[in-house]
Amino acid sequence: MLIQVNGTKREADVDPDTPLLWVLRDVFGLTGTKFGCGIAMCGACTVHVGGQPRRACVTPVGDIGEQPIVTIEALSGSATGQALQKAWLSTDVVQCGYCQSGQLMQAAALLDAKPAPDDADIDAAMSGNICRCGTYGRIRAAIKQAAVDLPPSAKAP
Amino acid sequence: MKPVVTGFSPSRRALLAVAAGVIGELAVGFRLSGDTAVAQTAGAPTFQPNGVVRIDRGGVVTLISPYAEMGQGALMSVAMLVAEELEIEPSDVRIEHAIGDNARYVSPLLGEQITGGSLSLRGAWKPMRQAGAAARVMLVEAAAHTWSVPAAACHAEAGHVLHPASGRRVAYGALVEVASTLEVPQDPPLKTGTLRVVGKALARIDSPSKVDGSAIFGIDVRLPGLRYASVMACPVFGGSLRRVDHAPALAVRGVRQVVELPNAIAVVADHTGAARKGLAALKPEWSDGANASLDTAALVSTCDTALETQGLIAETKGEPARAMGGAKATYEAVFRLPMLAHAALEPLSCTAHVRPGSCEIWAGSQAPGRARNEVALALGLSAEAVRVNNLLIGGGFGRRLQSEWITQAALIARQVDGPVKVTWSREEDMRQSSYRFHNHSRVKVGLDDRGMPASWDHRIVGPAVMAWFLPGYFRNGIDLDVTGGAYGPYVLPSLSVDFVRNDPPSGLLVGNWRGVGDTRNGFIVESVIDELAHRAGRDPVDYRRALLEPGSRILAVLDRAAMEGGWGNALPRNSGRGVAILSAFGSHIALVSQVDMDEQGRIRVPRMTCVVDCGRAVNPSIVRQQIEGGIIFGLSAALFGKITVRDGQVEQSNFHDYPVVRMNESPAIEVIIMDSVEEPGGVGEPGTAVVAPAVLNAIRSITGKRLLSLPLDPTMVQPA
Repeated sequence: MLIQVNGTKREADVDPDTPLLWVLRDVFGLTGTKFGCGIAMCGACTVHVGGQPRRACVTPVGDIGEQPIVTIEALSGSATGQALQKAWLSTDVVQCGYCQSGQLMQAAALLDAKPAPDDADIDAAMSGNICRCGTYGRIRAAIKQAAVDLPPSAKAP
Repeated sequence: MKPVVTGFSPSRRALLAVAAGVIGELAVGFRLSGDTAVAQTAGAPTFQPNGVVRIDRGGVVTLISPYAEMGQGALMSVAMLVAEELEIEPSDVRIEHAIGDNARYVSPLLGEQITGGSLSLRGAWKPMRQAGAAARVMLVEAAAHTWSVPAAACHAEAGHVLHPASGRRVAYGALVEVASTLEVPQDPPLKTGTLRVVGKALARIDSPSKVDGSAIFGIDVRLPGLRYASVMACPVFGGSLRRVDHAPALAVRGVRQVVELPNAIAVVADHTGAARKGLAALKPEWSDGANASLDTAALVSTCDTALETQGLIAETKGEPARAMGGAKATYEAVFRLPMLAHAALEPLSCTAHVRPGSCEIWAGSQAPGRARNEVALALGLSAEAVRVNNLLIGGGFGRRLQSEWITQAALIARQVDGPVKVTWSREEDMRQSSYRFHNHSRVKVGLDDRGMPASWDHRIVGPAVMAWFLPGYFRNGIDLDVTGGAYGPYVLPSLSVDFVRNDPPSGLLVGNWRGVGDTRNGFIVESVIDELAHRAGRDPVDYRRALLEPGSRILAVLDRAAMEGGWGNALPRNSGRGVAILSAFGSHIALVSQVDMDEQGRIRVPRMTCVVDCGRAVNPSIVRQQIEGGIIFGLSAALFGKITVRDGQVEQSNFHDYPVVRMNESPAIEVIIMDSVEEPGGVGEPGTAVVAPAVLNAIRSITGKRLLSLPLDPTMVQPA
């Protein structure tokens, strides 16, 4: 099966019902995408499929087709991703860090859709992503910071 | 001031007991590795004066952290302490985890290579600075020797040794060979006066790799020829595997092998997706054993029955019986606390490679030295034949103090040709945890004519985890963790604390959970004190003040929290504030929580104000992170946390039936750190312990109703 990940076409010899998560992690070695729950309840495995945030743990690889996949390893390829990573660091968001790949991918999708999110937007977009270290307040602050830092030219219309 | 006994967060008394009974000499602190205590021979490629610091000829400084990184900032804290004395920047070091070795890497406060109990920084404070100072002294001596000048005329600065009189300057890397021939100073002088690194809110060195996906957690290990396994143990505690037909799993594409253990079954495959699919296809038959009909009602009933038994006296003061007899009034309440799982976001995962006569492990462990010993025992190897590589942990919270999941992976790997990574499902992680067990307490207070406590009688029913986990904290039949903090920081004229041991049925693993004893007793004590204040018609903050030692750190913290938290300011109808305080883990903390209630009596928590005196804050940013995170962790438990058992099996399985606080339920949290030059205290756990009482005390202030059990009734929590 051929899928496009982070700009590269890659082959995986797996059943089509295999969750994308395990193809990324175990077959392609892209371990930045995390396993947390397996039932789309925690958001740790969030990646972008065709530009939309998706839970890789419940996305069969056979359903991907031509849609390009972006994982945390390629987040810095976009201005939004870079702004978020910078804000994450300057806000000291990270504790254990295990959920943060998914948080960042979810936040990037939010900013791409809504360049200046308010608290309700952040709640709506981010409440599917669990952080057991309790970094929510800092994630909220970092998203707002990234929204400010993002150059207008990079913002979606 | 009286000692604050807080169990796992050790009082002086408990510490001395551990020092005498377990490690012999507390004074030596972190035992720097014996085999490198004398520096290497000349010509060595690296200079390694102790088990912590290694400098190569290129000047690269590598630190070896004996403490596991599970989000609490241990690596950054170790880097800061060493860098302070070694005169380098924390951002300039490479840092790696120590391998599992109890002889080399002993936590001075726990007697083993253990990360827990909010003790890492407290234990590291002096020894890690000494490790850096020893290296610095030797590098300065090496330069002085090279230049034939007195060492006292030289000093270290920014990774170089300087001789100001001659203007000479040499980088550490160039001194590696000479320094390696010198004797390691036993008691190197530590810097005094203004510190350059300690006390600064520096950005964590582990963060960059955690925002680009490159950080390697235990679950992320990759090795040549690696296979992937999914595992399921008998869902009934203590049960065993009777038989299983392997064929349905072997029919799944990518599955290589089915492995049977006495109590579990594992499917080994080319990737975890195939392993999980193969496991789901199996229909194992289990022998349920003695716990087949065990349920939560029976566990609770056992605790209630035990509450009617006189326990072993853990602590007394004054003449409690006489004081109780002479009391003007009494208040009595029974508190019931549920079982809890840790539910760290990284499910348990361990990679093992068993070869003839040896075993290598890759995992994120809070007790890697113990894991090494347990694996050796299980495989019939010597400890020297087992290597445990420790990795980043995606949330510990006490679960990874146990090693049975590491041993399980080793036993699976013994049947597999080559390395195998065993990853638990979320369901397995939830149903096979090392739970915080049921705790029941009865507190009876004799009151004087002003409604102040004249006598305090606290009976605790709980498991004796320390009896086997850390025997130094189990003395004369009493678990010092469970009984610690049984009357809080209050000065009471007379008191009695007794302990009724109530261990779980065999096969049900219980252990430590973030906040340990104080998440139980902190809730109970702060609920009782608050109720007494209301009954005496007094303000809960004023009432507490009257019971705290004048001039004490905890009193100052309470006063500051009342001020910063707007205590006494007007609130809308159906909103209230609650307060809770705690002295534990060497820190003092006060939390003011606001609670809003809707017309249906359902609550939400909009904001919290927390003041902490943790002594010297080595990194104030990490202190804030830990307090914020501890509060969210405690709020999850207070609002939702409950593990129940039916037919010998845990009923919960994933985050839909074991919910945790999410972004939209997360309060705004303000953390204020008191200025202090006292020894650093622990900050990982105190935040967790004060949440439930602060929230329930706020509910009391709104409704007049005292809640005695956790978690809240689900009908009381506003839907997300």
